[in-house]
Amino acid sequence: MYLKPAYEIREKYLRKDMLPTIFCPGCGIGSALQYTLRAIDDLGLNQDEIVWVSGIGCSSRVPGFVNFDGLHTTHGRALAFATGIKLTNPDLKIIAFMGDGDAAAIGGNHFIHAIRRNLDVTVILINNFTYGMTGGQVAPTALKGLKGTTAPYGQFENPFDIADLAVSAGANYVARWSVFNYLQGINSIKKALQKEGFSLVEFLSPCPISFGRRNRMKTSPELLRWYQKITVPLAKAKKMPPEELEGKIVIGEFADRDRPGLVREYEAYKKRAKKMMGWEE
Amino acid sequence: MRYPFPVGKSDFIQGDEAIARAAILAGCRFYAGYPITPASEIFEAMALYMPLVDGVSIQMEDEIASIAAIIGASWAGAKAMTATSGPGFSLMQENIGYAIMTETPIVIVDVQRGGPSTGQPTLAAQGDIMQAIWGTHGDHSLIVLSPSTVQEAFDFTIRAFNLAEKYRTPVVLLTDAEIAHMRERVHIPNPDEIEIVNRKLPANEEEAKYPFGDIHGDGVPPMPVFGKGYRTYVTGLTHDERGRPKTVDAEVHERLIKRIIDKLECNKADIITYDAYELEDAEIAIVTTGIVSRSAVRAVKILRERGVKAGLLKLNTIWPFDFDMIEELAERVKKIYVPEMNLGQLYHLVKEGANGKAEVELISKIGGEVHTPMEIVERVVG
Repeated sequence: MYLKPAYEIREKYLRKDMLPTIFCPGCGIGSALQYTLRAIDDLGLNQDEIVWVSGIGCSSRVPGFVNFDGLHTTHGRALAFATGIKLTNPDLKIIAFMGDGDAAAIGGNHFIHAIRRNLDVTVILINNFTYGMTGGQVAPTALKGLKGTTAPYGQFENPFDIADLAVSAGANYVARWSVFNYLQGINSIKKALQKEGFSLVEFLSPCPISFGRRNRMKTSPELLRWYQKITVPLAKAKKMPPEELEGKIVIGEFADRDRPGLVREYEAYKKRAKKMMGWEE
Repeated sequence: MRYPFPVGKSDFIQGDEAIARAAILAGCRFYAGYPITPASEIFEAMALYMPLVDGVSIQMEDEIASIAAIIGASWAGAKAMTATSGPGFSLMQENIGYAIMTETPIVIVDVQRGGPSTGQPTLAAQGDIMQAIWGTHGDHSLIVLSPSTVQEAFDFTIRAFNLAEKYRTPVVLLTDAEIAHMRERVHIPNPDEIEIVNRKLPANEEEAKYPFGDIHGDGVPPMPVFGKGYRTYVTGLTHDERGRPKTVDAEVHERLIKRIIDKLECNKADIITYDAYELEDAEIAIVTTGIVSRSAVRAVKILRERGVKAGLLKLNTIWPFDFDMIEELAERVKKIYVPEMNLGQLYHLVKEGANGKAEVELISKIGGEVHTPMEIVERVVG
């Protein structure tokens, strides 16, 4: 794959007056953003036909930095707002930039129902196991034993596997990578953006300041080495016994299917209504 | 355009049904909701009609999602509505604040029922007046309309859409179970007889750069809807005229919030409507709103028959509130009575408006029944 120089992507897609970003040194959100912009660029998508939506938290500030229409909403609700945008104007492609707390905790209900409806949206999900913006509280994705300011002695609850959840709820495309898997990441976003219905690309993303510091990984490289230790490619994971997978995170492509999206379903529903009322043959 | 209900004639329908039909005639093409008594019939009517008029009706996972969806729809260019009752309305409060902050035109119907909590689902109450005005956090303003008949439920719904579009603000249609479920004859006008207001769109690229400014000097910026190439960024954070977050700048915050409040305060004369009945020579004034004003009309008649110079002020707009008008009224009358179906919510506003110029007395009733005219009369004559 030919990769354009980063400054070309920056020039074309970022709002200069909004820079610098609010992100801390070593944060992975910038990488996930870069992959998304590269995917858009590679596919030659029209910048004016894409709307970015987000909830609250570090990842939610992304729509402010990119030169697109954008809706920065309330905590966890991005997909509910997106439902209104998409059904009102199906020509718009929607990218929801979400965090793990956003998607799996406060927005958990919106998340599973948007997937159930197969809402036509591409979710780029930043999973850093923590509430970064509010200072490192524990998130529902945090593996057992990980520390956060609200679990100072190590998380005692079971974590959500967001990708697994999305597959079960019926998403058309689901992939998970760490932000260091850049080629796979870009390719997955490209696939996701071309999918009808719900697509999700989850990124394990370093948060050295709020998360790493509390878990003896103060820098991004330390988190990278940790990701290398805890991630297992899907093909390998399939051959591993469950006890070996304990505490590991599987990465790869988990779903790639083509169920009809919500827009198409609603169009058919409108036709059915008119037919049933005798308005149309 | 073909409508799935008769237009240009009268029909005998429920308040909820009237609200749904009015919304469609006002141009509403996006409805998102969650079922709740006594507002469900609005949703059911919208579910029936919307696909036929190429609109969207969708059942969301909860009330929070419902109001989120209609805000999204509004930014994508649709006129959008949701309807609920007290408990659901409480859930919507955060996003009502978001709609105020982002100046998003939407209509929220709150069919009140007895509360707090799940309270009396099937019985009427006026317990959400304060919630409608002050439910969301922070300094803010929005418009609250209150119908007293099924015809008014119809007319005020159209007005709610027009005011929302004109002032880029959420509008609450605050009604109650009594009106929602009552059947009355309603005149449904021909669509071409209805005055429709549409939001101001940016005239050019330059105007679109300031989606939260005051480029026309009227406090209401043109709204650049998504997908037109304007690349608008909308945030609930404190933002400047261009929509850029400026969360620690006191001046920007004050300028934004004051403009949002002033755009309604400065247009009170356009927004506020009321009906005065026998008020010219009145010594006793009854100030009320919604369903209770119907008993109050009868009470005034009985009082006049008994030689008491009573009159009625029926408030159709509850917020913004015309405190000056109440003060003028208080200067002319000896006493003001406020009958309402709660323990005194409108009463607080009226008392503040009266400013000590006349005694203000609450005639409160809770439990689910509307005041009878005699209950009001007896309190007035003692």
